[in-house]
Amino acid sequence: MTREEITAGLAAILDEVAGVSKDDVAEDKSFTEDLDVDSLSMVEVVVAAEEKFSVKIPDDEVQNLKTVGDAVSFIEKAL
Amino acid sequence: MSTHEVVVTGLGATTPLGGDVASTWEAMLAGRSGVGVLTQEWAEQLPARIAAELAVEPSEVMDRVRLRRLDRSEAIALIAANEAWADAGLVDGGSDPERLAVSLGSGIGGLQTLLHQDDILEASGPRRVSPHTVPMLMPNGPAAHVGITLNAQAGVHAMASACATGAEAVAWGLDMIRAGRADIVVAGGTEAVIHPLPLAGFATMRAMSTRNDEPQRASRPWDKGRDGFVLGEGAGVMVLERADHAAARGARVYARLAGAGMTSDAFDIVQPHPDGVGAAKAIAKALADADIAAVDVAHVNAHATSTPIGDMIEIKALRRTLGSHPVLTATKSMTGHLLGAAGALESIATILAIRDSIVPPTINLDDPDDGLDLDVAAHTARRLDIPAALNNSFGFGGHNVALLFTRA
Repeated sequence: MTREEITAGLAAILDEVAGVSKDDVAEDKSFTEDLDVDSLSMVEVVVAAEEKFSVKIPDDEVQNLKTVGDAVSFIEKAL
Repeated sequence: MSTHEVVVTGLGATTPLGGDVASTWEAMLAGRSGVGVLTQEWAEQLPARIAAELAVEPSEVMDRVRLRRLDRSEAIALIAANEAWADAGLVDGGSDPERLAVSLGSGIGGLQTLLHQDDILEASGPRRVSPHTVPMLMPNGPAAHVGITLNAQAGVHAMASACATGAEAVAWGLDMIRAGRADIVVAGGTEAVIHPLPLAGFATMRAMSTRNDEPQRASRPWDKGRDGFVLGEGAGVMVLERADHAAARGARVYARLAGAGMTSDAFDIVQPHPDGVGAAKAIAKALADADIAAVDVAHVNAHATSTPIGDMIEIKALRRTLGSHPVLTATKSMTGHLLGAAGALESIATILAIRDSIVPPTINLDDPDDGLDLDVAAHTARRLDIPAALNNSFGFGGHNVALLFTRA
């Protein structure tokens, strides 16, 4: 799976969970500051991403996922 | 007792008859039933497969992402509260947040969230449970969301008195304004529990109609053929306001909330007292509180849920306290029983009856019970001059609430 495909998958989740427009999602965007995803919604995003990509994202890893790119890198490695 | 007069300046509702007050009222006056057959697969095994579902789904009027974080009972409370707020002319200002309160309850609360998340817990484990679960299921959730949305800082209160909840929330709002704790109180009730569990529970206690073949004829208060209530869902909210506050901002006034009476049966957890003692005392207290003579009460929107026992006990209580002159109606014949929202929605119907000088009909009253010796507006709406009207609500637990509204 390419980084673009993972980004697109995350964008679909962000739209579903937090109403973030797909056009706004890019690797350099911060979840909380740029995309306005609050901490509870971030929990939902993580769980949905685990399901979608069949990976495990440990709770203590979540705090390191500041940007979309951070999440893409983590998922890419975990796949 | 303080001398603050309290008036109603805004109304909001989403019900089985319509997505707002105007459409609900129009359907009520036309005698339309909001009851239908439950077509969901889960309903197949239930003894009662009928209910009065919302006429307008929340998803038609509310943002998808917002809805994900709200229990259905919270979403519809917000829809009704926003309508009432706009109707009161308060959207562009006119209220001081520190003098604005909310009094809004639910009979059962966020049950659909609770059960849905329990399904997820069982099927997929604790990590899959939504982080929004607790604020979605807590019983103060609807009141709190309304308070946050309208910026109410004088207190947010969530009544819980089963089917008397909506009326008790209104009575509490009256008290708050009289006591000087708020200038405006957004008050009402909400309920959304059309789900197999409560339907099964009400059915095994033999409280529900099983007239599955004739859904629109199933809710038939005071009729000999009545066999239980029909579950409904919806929300009703009103803006209560100190009369001089409303006058100062030039607000349109629907009616005056002149008084309230509340008692508790202290008798049984589900059965009403057989002589309606608590109900009669609540009515008498409302009359005294409003300083209104029984003879001036021209109309009663009764609790009358279509259960064999409860309907006639209320008749006894009404005859004893008011006499035989008021024109009664049971709008649950059309809306079904909205449990914690019933008292709020029926108060709205009572207020509009006063405003429009018309009593909405009690449909399905084809063969009146032998004990029904009071005048009911059966089948069709009836023109009537209404200087004062009463709304009754009674709830499991023995809660009795009577609200008295008068012409502004």
